[in-house]
Amino acid sequence: MVESKHPWKAWIYLAPAIVLLLIFTVWPIVNTLRMAFLENYNIMAATVPGVTFNVGLGNFQQVIQYGGFLTCLGNTMLICFLTVPISTFLALIIAVCLNAIRPLQRMLQTIFFLPYVTNSIAIGMVFAAMFNMIGNNFGGEGELLITAGIINNIIGIFGVEPINWINVGSSYAANVFVMVVYIVWNALPFKILILLGGLQSVNKQYYDAAKVDGTSRVRTFWRITVPLLSPMIAYVVITGFIGGFKEYSSIVGIFGEDMGPTGDPRRLNTMVGFIYDALANHQGRASAAALILFGIIFVVTMINLWVSKKKTHY
Amino acid sequence: MKVELKNLTKIFPSRSKKAGEEVVAVNDFTFTIPDGKLIGLLGPSGCGKSTTLYMISGLQKPSGGQIFFGEEDVTDLSAEHRGVGLVFQNYALYPHMTVKQNIMFPLQNLKGADKLPKEEMIERAHQAAKLVQIDNLMDRKPSELSGGQQQRVAIARALVKMPKVLLLDEPLSNLDARLRLQTREEIRRIQKETGITTIFVTHDQEEAMSISDMIVVMKLGVVQQIGKPQEVYDDPINLFVAKFLGTPPINVFNGTVKGGKLYIGDAAVLDVPGVEDQDVTVGIRPEGFIPDKKGALVCNLSNIEVMGRDVSVVSTHEASLSPAIRSIIDADDMPAPGATVSYSLKPHKVFLFGREDEKRIYFEVK
Repeated sequence: MVESKHPWKAWIYLAPAIVLLLIFTVWPIVNTLRMAFLENYNIMAATVPGVTFNVGLGNFQQVIQYGGFLTCLGNTMLICFLTVPISTFLALIIAVCLNAIRPLQRMLQTIFFLPYVTNSIAIGMVFAAMFNMIGNNFGGEGELLITAGIINNIIGIFGVEPINWINVGSSYAANVFVMVVYIVWNALPFKILILLGGLQSVNKQYYDAAKVDGTSRVRTFWRITVPLLSPMIAYVVITGFIGGFKEYSSIVGIFGEDMGPTGDPRRLNTMVGFIYDALANHQGRASAAALILFGIIFVVTMINLWVSKKKTHY
Repeated sequence: MKVELKNLTKIFPSRSKKAGEEVVAVNDFTFTIPDGKLIGLLGPSGCGKSTTLYMISGLQKPSGGQIFFGEEDVTDLSAEHRGVGLVFQNYALYPHMTVKQNIMFPLQNLKGADKLPKEEMIERAHQAAKLVQIDNLMDRKPSELSGGQQQRVAIARALVKMPKVLLLDEPLSNLDARLRLQTREEIRRIQKETGITTIFVTHDQEEAMSISDMIVVMKLGVVQQIGKPQEVYDDPINLFVAKFLGTPPINVFNGTVKGGKLYIGDAAVLDVPGVEDQDVTVGIRPEGFIPDKKGALVCNLSNIEVMGRDVSVVSTHEASLSPAIRSIIDADDMPAPGATVSYSLKPHKVFLFGREDEKRIYFEVK
């Protein structure tokens, strides 16, 4: 350690970063904590002189008792526990395949990475169009015209009746299916990128050794590729869970701000959606929900780290 | 199992599309490796020795020629079906498995009728580990082992499935000098005990000479000479082989043959009956010099290094192609210090090579 003659100089150099962090990161966190524990806090009321709020757990109680909360929690959990395993497994398979082909590898890599740089609302709208099915009565008297999206057209080739994926009267299962497909597809590029990077740093000799030892492809994958990639897999799973808990914009992209098919709003609402809804008028409740979400992410991440410590090999 | 290579050739295509830039890594290699022998493939880097090894293992496909294991043509058989054991230069031990798991891994791959019960796998893993003396390290991970121990694990892993042929790629290059000596003896012992036909690749001639039954000297993809180490050393067929084998290396001079006598500089140093008059390159092994006051080869003495049993005399000569001439002499015959040292020569330690083609020119040794 070099002892500086002027320790204050160091603080001056650090000041720009520290000031920004204090204003935009530390203060919001502190403020969230404060608002969460002030019962019925709301910004409008707080501006009125003389108004005070009781300190207590009232906001948390409200959150849990609020009708939509369990739906939001359930949807968020569903997103995490469905999309993370599916997208991780698919990304692993795609990365291994991408790594195995030589010609056009660069180009395919770019294509697979495209969703990552595309706006998720825009993708959501495209998905909404793809899964669309609108029936109307404007074609003629008593005649029902069906305008179907590309997915319904494709399954129609195989003789399957058009499915109402996301429109009025659609089933919850159909909604969840579209949501999962969308989120998995959206999560793939980042995971593929990380896993492909990991694969390319694996020493080729392990595969030569496995080949000489007569190892089948499947066994090579499970006994060599997966363990050697385990640090990257752990990283991708952990960040996947965190991203899953924060999921919001993709639902907006597909279903609009109502977070559900027309006629059944909030059916696919998520934790972040819940916070957004509360943010307008009930900042205390929103803060409490944010803290609960933080707690859940924290616990799940700890579990993930604990598991990966036992299962990864470095 | 004998291994037969017939006109084995490997051509790597050029990276760019331009024609004529392809690399001939191995060129027309024909050789039958007798059953149960230890063969050293020897040559400088880039001579195609590793490529040859990988073609025998099946990891690389030959561009031409055939490979037989016994009577069976395995040229088109992929690596997993050849039943070879291969030890990689960096060992390629699976870092996430223990020593035991690493050794058992090839056995767990066996399918169908060859499938072994678990107890037998463990038993055989232990036998292999015992053979290379690592049976006390079975539960360690490779990262917890020294280089020499990792090397042994790699050998055990290659041996455990009882391969028909054992292939070693630069097995000693990652070990320190002491361990290298010890491990090469070890490889010899294991090979003798198991009787598995073994081929190993090295660029270190001392290593190859010390443990091989036969050595194959290669240069730029072309086999130069095949034979027992001592025979190749005593009877090199060209200048390259003569220069490649032996420490200290052979001393090389410009010489001339005139009237059945070999001249180095102006002095007639040796009778070489039966050789036509021509310019030659002369190779003299360090042990081919005899200090002799009346000797015809007079060199400028620079230094005498005492090594105990022998002394190494460093001198210079204007016709020498290397900056220093190094001769190994019995300590009792140590030449007197002075400005010059005179030698007579042992005829069987002197080799003549064509000046242009570098091929050996034979003369009668009386």
